[in-house]
Amino acid sequence: MITKRIIPCLDVRDGRVVKGVNFEGLRDVSSPVELGEFYSRCGADELVFYDITASSDGRRIFTDILKEVASRIFIPLTVGGGIRSIEDFDRVLKCGADKVSVNSGAIQNPDLISQAAEKYGSQCVVISADIKRVNGEYRVFARGGRDDTGKEAIGWIRQCVENGAGEVVVNSIDTDGVKQGFDLSMLRAVCDAVNVPVIASGGAGSAQDFVTLFEAVPEVSAGLAASIFHFGEVSIADLKQLLSQNNINVRYTK
Amino acid sequence: MIAIIDYGVGNLFSLSSSLKAVGADCAVTSSPEVIRQAEKLILPGVGAFGDAAEKLKKNGLDRLIKQEAENGKPLLGICLGMQLLFQKSYEFGEYEGLGLIEGEVVPMQGRLPGRLPIPHIGWNALELVGNPSLFRHIQNGDHVYFVHSFFADHCEKNLIAATEYGVRMTAAAARGSIVGCQFHPEKSGKTGLAILRAFCETEETA
Repeated sequence: MITKRIIPCLDVRDGRVVKGVNFEGLRDVSSPVELGEFYSRCGADELVFYDITASSDGRRIFTDILKEVASRIFIPLTVGGGIRSIEDFDRVLKCGADKVSVNSGAIQNPDLISQAAEKYGSQCVVISADIKRVNGEYRVFARGGRDDTGKEAIGWIRQCVENGAGEVVVNSIDTDGVKQGFDLSMLRAVCDAVNVPVIASGGAGSAQDFVTLFEAVPEVSAGLAASIFHFGEVSIADLKQLLSQNNINVRYTK
Repeated sequence: MIAIIDYGVGNLFSLSSSLKAVGADCAVTSSPEVIRQAEKLILPGVGAFGDAAEKLKKNGLDRLIKQEAENGKPLLGICLGMQLLFQKSYEFGEYEGLGLIEGEVVPMQGRLPGRLPIPHIGWNALELVGNPSLFRHIQNGDHVYFVHSFFADHCEKNLIAATEYGVRMTAAAARGSIVGCQFHPEKSGKTGLAILRAFCETEETA
């Protein structure tokens, strides 16, 4: 039986992991390569590297790091951040990314998903949607959650999947950073609308939140989080043990 | 030397890195010369079956790979490269494969019970069938990483591993020294590296 995936997300700027990281036993907690290796050893099922660099210099450093990570860590790597064109897909795939996550780029250029799916296959194209409730409606936000696009989120996600996106990351702006659990009703709405794997993001504050997630919305394939892992509040090994105790199927690493 | 066959389909960076990690001497190549000289071949690939089969045919690699494999050179197909080993595929039409292993590639759509997401993406357990030498370093039930929407069917005779995703489906198949894995060993952590190591080891050390 397929296992539920646990995915740490690393924000990288100018070659360093940003957001505080608090681990013992790591020489350099801000090194994406060391942190990636650490998570891989601890049983992470996949890693997401998010490039939050604004400059082209930073972008070059990011792809160098990606190469280094991909040559040392043999679990799936997803890359997001600043993906606006087929050339961006090409750039990160050549450096060892397995999947590319598109957010604002797909809002600006509606053809990007279909072009990428045709060229690299749907398995490679992840639509990442930042969603917030506005007047009782789910809305897609752009530019890291700053701009309301006015688009209704569920219909937009369905459109992206029809265009060839092979996976959906649902990032709830309403629950992000609040640490009170994932946005179960939003995830329910997305899972009812599409039949590709859905990854929950935004709101994880404890290991129990992952149990609640997979029990309440069993169609959800994976849970993604950043700060609770980075700050060492929840270890991936403990989380997997708790999930397993609650009869949620997970992968153990030896 | 192990030749990773480059026919313009998919990303070979991780595959060559993982082979290096298990200490194998490998080269990414599309040269018939290099492929003939190689001790073992790996046929990778992601994307659509029809397009990939076409690309193999275009530079005559299809005949070369068939010839080398039939002459006993070990061949490992991965993901789409595994599906290409079969006789035909029904992915967006009907296409002929290399025909090295009996069976055909069919869509998950309409064959899975309930509303399981398609593609099948994630870590799933292997049910080993028989005692396949490729899996001599791993255990029954170990998890490996899958990404696919189509799977090989009607290949029971050559099945060496299955996985369960709504239905029991082919995870790996082999005929003699020709073997194919639906999952990605190069993305399957330690288990995947142990599988690649088994493929790369010479007969004497096996």
